[in-house]
Amino acid sequence: MSTLTIENVSRRNFLQGVAGLTLGFCLPALAAPAAAGKAATAASFEPNAFLRIGSDNSVTVIAKHLEMGQGTYTGLGTLLAEELDADWNTVRIEGAPADASRYNNLFWGPAQGTGGSTAMANSWDQLRQAGASARAMLVSAAAKRWQVPAAEIAVRDGIVSHPPSKRSLRFGELAADAAREAVPAKVTLKAPQDFRLVGKHAPRKDSAEKTNGRAIFTQDIRLPGMLVAVVAHPPRFGATVKSFDAGAAKRVKGVVDVVRIPSGVAVLAADTWSAKKGRDALTVDWDESRAFKLGSDEILARYREMAQQPGLVAHQAGDTDQAFAAAARVVKAGYDFPYLAHAAMEPMNCVIRLGAEGCEVWNGEQLHTGDQHQLAGIFGLKPEQVKINMLYAGGSFGRRASTQSDYVVEAAQIVKASGGKAPIKLVWLREDDMRAGYYRPLFHHALEAALDANGKLTGWRHRLVGQSILMGSPFEAMMVKNGIDAVSVEGAANLPYAIPNMRVDLHTPTDIAVPVLWWRSVGSSHTAYSTEVFLDRVAKAAGKDPLSLRLELLGDKPRHSAVLRLAAAKAGWGTPLKPGAPGTRRGRGVAVHESFHSYVAQVAEVTVAADGSLKVDRVVCAVDCGIAINPDNVRAQVEGAVGFALSAALHGEITLKQGAVVQGNFDGYPLLRIDQMPRVEVHILPSTAKPTGIGEPGVPPLAPAVANAIGAATGTYPGRLPFSSAELRA
Amino acid sequence: MIQLNVNGKLHAVDVAPDTPLLWVLRDTLGLTGTKYGCGQALCGACTVHVDDAPLRSCATPVSAVAGRKIATIENADRSRVGKAVQDAWRKLDVVQCGYCQSGQIMSAIALLSQNRKPTDADIDTALGGNLCRCATYVRIRAAVHLAAKSLA
Ligand code: FES
Ligand code: FES
Repeated sequence: MSTLTIENVSRRNFLQGVAGLTLGFCLPALAAPAAAGKAATAASFEPNAFLRIGSDNSVTVIAKHLEMGQGTYTGLGTLLAEELDADWNTVRIEGAPADASRYNNLFWGPAQGTGGSTAMANSWDQLRQAGASARAMLVSAAAKRWQVPAAEIAVRDGIVSHPPSKRSLRFGELAADAAREAVPAKVTLKAPQDFRLVGKHAPRKDSAEKTNGRAIFTQDIRLPGMLVAVVAHPPRFGATVKSFDAGAAKRVKGVVDVVRIPSGVAVLAADTWSAKKGRDALTVDWDESRAFKLGSDEILARYREMAQQPGLVAHQAGDTDQAFAAAARVVKAGYDFPYLAHAAMEPMNCVIRLGAEGCEVWNGEQLHTGDQHQLAGIFGLKPEQVKINMLYAGGSFGRRASTQSDYVVEAAQIVKASGGKAPIKLVWLREDDMRAGYYRPLFHHALEAALDANGKLTGWRHRLVGQSILMGSPFEAMMVKNGIDAVSVEGAANLPYAIPNMRVDLHTPTDIAVPVLWWRSVGSSHTAYSTEVFLDRVAKAAGKDPLSLRLELLGDKPRHSAVLRLAAAKAGWGTPLKPGAPGTRRGRGVAVHESFHSYVAQVAEVTVAADGSLKVDRVVCAVDCGIAINPDNVRAQVEGAVGFALSAALHGEITLKQGAVVQGNFDGYPLLRIDQMPRVEVHILPSTAKPTGIGEPGVPPLAPAVANAIGAATGTYPGRLPFSSAELRA
Repeated sequence: MIQLNVNGKLHAVDVAPDTPLLWVLRDTLGLTGTKYGCGQALCGACTVHVDDAPLRSCATPVSAVAGRKIATIENADRSRVGKAVQDAWRKLDVVQCGYCQSGQIMSAIALLSQNRKPTDADIDTALGGNLCRCATYVRIRAAVHLAAKSLA
């Protein structure tokens, strides 16, 4: 573990009469755009600026990660407050500005960003150290004030006390003194048994403002003189504007300007509705000569064709050819996965204002540093002149981590094309959002298993065909090796099962122009399905219980085995299910998957009606994510992940017809509703390991667990997602 | 000029009569708690109360609600039911991203104002049109029951 240097900026400021202890420089509240101005850029080169204690006893934790629902603000605050021994009720959280020199993701080198379920894991030491340092400074300030040894001083719930003399002071009363203390070179962190917040119940910090309408999202920003932009986008990927007629659009009351940008034609108006009416009144002639014109059926047919030939090897062990040649029995299956839209409830949007000193952005985004560079390029600025005010995101699931900064760039292009005269809020309507691409890529998988005469699994071949998310992105150098995009094969190339002969290979078509992106759990959103459903097919062929087979093959994987055992025990694996209504068939299925260094097993119970309609009744989850910083949030994330994954398994599909996206709104792309939500139980494995991700790992096992339950009920193991009720008819 | 009665305050707004109530609330009156999710009455994010009944403001032309009693999430804590619902939501930490929750809460308040002891089926009917992409449904259901209990 590296020791951090935390510079006490307020020590310098103290001489100028600034009261309060600040580790690093702090910004005024970012949610109040009017307040964010000059002061915010005054001193912005201090590392590790995570905490501000006010003389009013307020404790403000600066969160470097985007809060998009996953509970990261609460989690980050918990880490710091734990070591500070703050009173949780007085802690408030503030979004950090974009500044990778202070707020980089420690797992991503010099880049600031939120993703890959890394927020807690990379902040675990950093924020606890920040809290412990501040605590030590408060203690040493109190020791001086009272003329007592520091060792006699106690801190609890925001109060520093000297029990022998019964004296005590609140944080705020010591803040000014503490600001004059040197930052300790070394601090000792608490032992887990001394935790008062970590692993206990710390209520979410955003519950109040998200239940009274006061939470501010990008969509809610209104700056003086701001115009709202709604854009006409081409009907196909790769098409461009040939010409357009803005006459009718300009006659719409409220419309101020119509500008051409690289990605279409933008209508600028005083308000959203006028901008939309103006956009709808545009006539645009598109140049589709270089547009992508294949349909999803054709893409899939091509992928199946490609799967006939070997691809680039992503993982190899033993001698697969020999194993298959010697097999007593071979099991084969193919799996198809559609394009999926993230469909966050808040469609993409972005506010940008260009000023004399740079540009200022209001947005919820996952890749701050990448977006800063993109915008700097467009405006001819230095990246540090791009100031980003981080707001809550109304969901993201990866969409606000665009590797090409697509919608952020679009907003900037509008600002540029309109001469930077007015601040612009780019608003994507639902249809714009759903048709803009950056989907979870469509994939085809082909699997084969070799069984010997005793039903033992001796060989495994897994071939994947699908577009790369990372090729051509800034992440390519880091995560594409020898033509293999790591996220195309994650979950498949590192299959946990002990199979002596294995080969996993990959085809990456490069002539499909549909933009693709990470979608909550990335590669595992399809690899967990194909591997775990196929394993049940193997179990069936070998006459083995799916749970026993997994445990047998997981001999050297204790964490996988432990969550499997826990989920199975809690679900009553092996006990008979209560029969459903007459004519229905019921089944129970299990799946386990590791993603983002967390382990999740799920057991699903389903009822399949004679007409093939499906009800998922109950999902029992067991989770090992290391130390659960906030167990209630771990449960919440897994509950949500179950619903998110079930939504995709039941309904999720973006289809292309001659290159045009068919679905535009929630009628064509339905999301899970409350009546389809199963009962969910989440059991957390006690752990002393470092915390790992929880935003995503609940997603991958759900669809395979449900499919395996369907298989148990009907004998049919669905070969495609979303499930088709035609396939499940009695 | 269209006369609106929002959260007990009267406003005269100068907007095209076909403008959906949603955008008048958000862009003209600055009441941004009511959210845009689909614009087609498909998601419930924009749910408000008109004469105490839940309504999708994105699909309601402002001219249709002139003079009627409109209530938004910003007003929720002014009623006993509204307070009970918000308290239950906070107690159970229902929210994740939060973007759908104004609509969820407005639907829940409307339900509990009519029905103090809703069954799961009643909840499914009343909140079935409120999508939550974060799928907080387990807790939404529990929070409606908790609010009902606290009102009993
Ligand atoms: S925005 Fe009105 S129902 Fe979706
Ligand atoms: S809390 Fe995110 S959409 Fe409901």
